[in-house]
Amino acid sequence: MTAPASSTKVRGETILSVDNLVKHFPISQGVLFRRQTGAVKAVDGVSFELRRGETLGVVGESGCGKSTLARLLMRLETPTSGRATLEGKDLFKASGSELRRLRRNMQMVMQDPYTSLNPRMTVGDIIGEPFEIHPDAAPKGSKARRVQELLDVVGLNPEHINRYPHQFSGGQRQRIGIARALALRPEVIVCDEPVSALDVSIQAQVINLLEQLQDEFGLSYIFIAHDLSVVRHIADRVAVMYLGRIVEIGTEDEIYERATHPYTQALLSAVPVPDPEVRDQRNMIRLVGDVPSPADPPSGCHFRTRCWKAQDICAKEDPQTVPRAADPHPSACHFAELRPTPTPTP
Amino acid sequence: MTVDPTPASATPEGGHLLELRDLHVEFRTNEGVARVINGVSYHLDAGETLAVLGESGSGKSVTAQAIMGILDTPPAFVRSGQILYRGQDLLTASEEQRRQVRGKEIAMIFQDALSALNPVFPVGWQIGETLRQRSGMSRGDARRRAVELMDLVKIPGAAKRIGDYPHQFSGGMRQRVMIAMALALDPKVLIADEPTTALDVTVQAQIMDLLADLRRDLNMAMILITHDLGVVAGVADRIAVMYAGRIVEHADVRSLYRAPAHPYTKGLLESIPRMDVRGQELSTIKGLPPNLMRIPSGCPFHPRCPYVQQVCVDVVPHDLVLGDGRTSACHFAQEVRDDSAR
Repeated sequence: MTAPASSTKVRGETILSVDNLVKHFPISQGVLFRRQTGAVKAVDGVSFELRRGETLGVVGESGCGKSTLARLLMRLETPTSGRATLEGKDLFKASGSELRRLRRNMQMVMQDPYTSLNPRMTVGDIIGEPFEIHPDAAPKGSKARRVQELLDVVGLNPEHINRYPHQFSGGQRQRIGIARALALRPEVIVCDEPVSALDVSIQAQVINLLEQLQDEFGLSYIFIAHDLSVVRHIADRVAVMYLGRIVEIGTEDEIYERATHPYTQALLSAVPVPDPEVRDQRNMIRLVGDVPSPADPPSGCHFRTRCWKAQDICAKEDPQTVPRAADPHPSACHFAELRPTPTPTP
Repeated sequence: MTVDPTPASATPEGGHLLELRDLHVEFRTNEGVARVINGVSYHLDAGETLAVLGESGSGKSVTAQAIMGILDTPPAFVRSGQILYRGQDLLTASEEQRRQVRGKEIAMIFQDALSALNPVFPVGWQIGETLRQRSGMSRGDARRRAVELMDLVKIPGAAKRIGDYPHQFSGGMRQRVMIAMALALDPKVLIADEPTTALDVTVQAQIMDLLADLRRDLNMAMILITHDLGVVAGVADRIAVMYAGRIVEHADVRSLYRAPAHPYTKGLLESIPRMDVRGQELSTIKGLPPNLMRIPSGCPFHPRCPYVQQVCVDVVPHDLVLGDGRTSACHFAQEVRDDSAR
C-alpha cells in the first residue's frame, strides 16, 4: 500500500478542533399539538483538540455522551450549537462536494462487529463500498486489488474477499470494519468502543493492530471506551466525560497518575485490577448512587450529587474545565487536588 | 508457594455442598453435535466463592444452567456425569425434587437484568411472586418481605419503590432487584452469571461489594461466572479456568495470579491491558477458540499454544496436581508455572 498524503505533514499539529459542541435531544409531549417540554443534554459544551498522529481517549460511563460525540463528529447528528474544524475547514458548515471530501478524511469503527456489517454483502463489497462513493480513491479496475491489499493490511487472508461476514469470528469482523475505515486513507479515525464486544484474548490482537496501523499510516484516533485499562494502554491524551461534559483532560500520565477531579479519581479507583496483591493495597473510592438523568442534570457542577467534596459553591457555580493549582492540566472542579495516597504503581 | 486454603483432597468424599463430577453436555443441532461441556468437575463448600472464568463459548454458563436444571432441551442434552447437592444427584432427581432445590437451595442471577425481569409487573410483585408460590405467603406478607429484601440489597426508599416497574430503575438498581429475588427463599448457593458485565465500573464495584457483603452475612456459597480477570481477583477464593468445555486450571486466587500453570491462563493474564502497569507490551494468544463441533485432538488448546509438542496433539492431558493443591490440564504444567513465576 502506498503511503497516505498525510505522511508529509507535521506530526503534532492540530488536525481536529472542537469548540463548545452542544447536542440537546428535544423531549416533546402531546399528540396533536406537540410541544417541547425539555431536552436530553447528551453533549453539553465539549471542547478539545486532536493532534496529528495522536490518540485521544474519551472515557466515561454509559450515558455520558461519548457516543453522541462520535456521531456528531461524523456528522451523523446535527449539533445544537458549537463548532468543529477538520484541517481548518468547518465540519458543520460544509455541504455537497466539500462535505464529501471532509468525510473521506474522517472514518469510523463501530462497536458491534455483528451489526455494523451488512450480512448480505461479501467482505469485498463491504470494504469496497467506499470506492463507489469516492470513485477517484481507486482507479478503474483496481478496486479488487485495493480491497485485497486492505485485507492484508488488517491481517486477514486476501483470498477471503468473497466470503460473507457470518463466516468470520468477532475479532475478524472487527478487522473488516477497520479495513473499511482505512479504505479511503483517512487521517482521523473515530473508534467507538472498538474492542468492548470482543473476548480478552482477541481484544489484545485488535488493540495491537490499531497501534501498528497508526504508526504505519500516521493516523489520529479518537478512541472512545469505557474500559480505562484499554484507554491507558493506547491513548496519548485522555478526556474524561460526565453528563455531557469533559470534566478533566490531559496526557495519559496526568489523568492516570495526577488526576485532580474527584470523578476521575473515583472512576480510576473502581477499575478492577487483575492482581489480588495490588488490590489489597489500593484504597477505593466508593461512589454512592447513579448518574443523574441527562434530561435534568444537577445545577452547578454536574457531579456534585455524588461527590464527597461538594459544598454550597458547587450547586451555585459551574466549575470551568481550566488548569488548576494542584496540577496544570484542565480539571472542572472547585476543589481540584491530587489524591493524598496515590495508587501504588509497581 | 502458600498452602491452598481449601485443598481439593482434604475434604472428605461426599462432604461438599455442591459437587460436579465429570459432567458432559452436548448440543445436538442440524449441523452436527457440539460438545459444549467435556468432563467438568468442581466442588463448592459452604461460605466459599468459586469463580468460573472463561471466554464466550467456553461452557461456563452452560455448566451453571445444568446445575439449575434450566438447560434448553433440545438442543442441549446432558450426556453423562453427576451433579451432587448435599450428596443427592440432581440429574437423576425427579422434576419435583429439582424444583425444591431450585430457588430454595440454589438460586441464580443473570447478566442482563432488564431482560430477566418481567417488564409488565412491578418489581415488588415479582419479588413477592416467589414467596407466594413457594412459601405460601399471603399477599400482604409477601409484600412486606419484598420490602425487607429490597432493603437488604440496599435499594434506597424500598417501601416507595416497590410499585415501580423495571424500566424505572437504573441498571445497577435492576441488578439489585434480581439479587433480591434470588435471595427471597434464603438459598445456600448463589450462582451469579456475569452479574456486572452490563454495568459501568463504578456501579460494578457497588454490586460486587453488595454480593461480597451478602455472602458473608448470609453465609452463602457463591459461584461467580465471569470473563473478567479483574472482577475475579477481588472476590473469589478459588478459580476454575475453562476452555473448550474443560477446566484447564484450578487454583486458589493468589497462586493463580502469581504464577499461572496453564499456557491459556498465562496467555490471558498477559493479554489484558493493566491500568497499574505502564509501557506494557500486550502479548496475544494467536488464533481463535475452537469450533465446538470440531474440537482439536489431544489438548484442545494445542493449536494456539506456545508450549506445543507432539504429545499435546496425541494425548489429552489429565489434571496434573501441582504440589500446593492446584491442578492444571497441561502436559507441561510445571514448566509453565516455573516460567510464569520468573
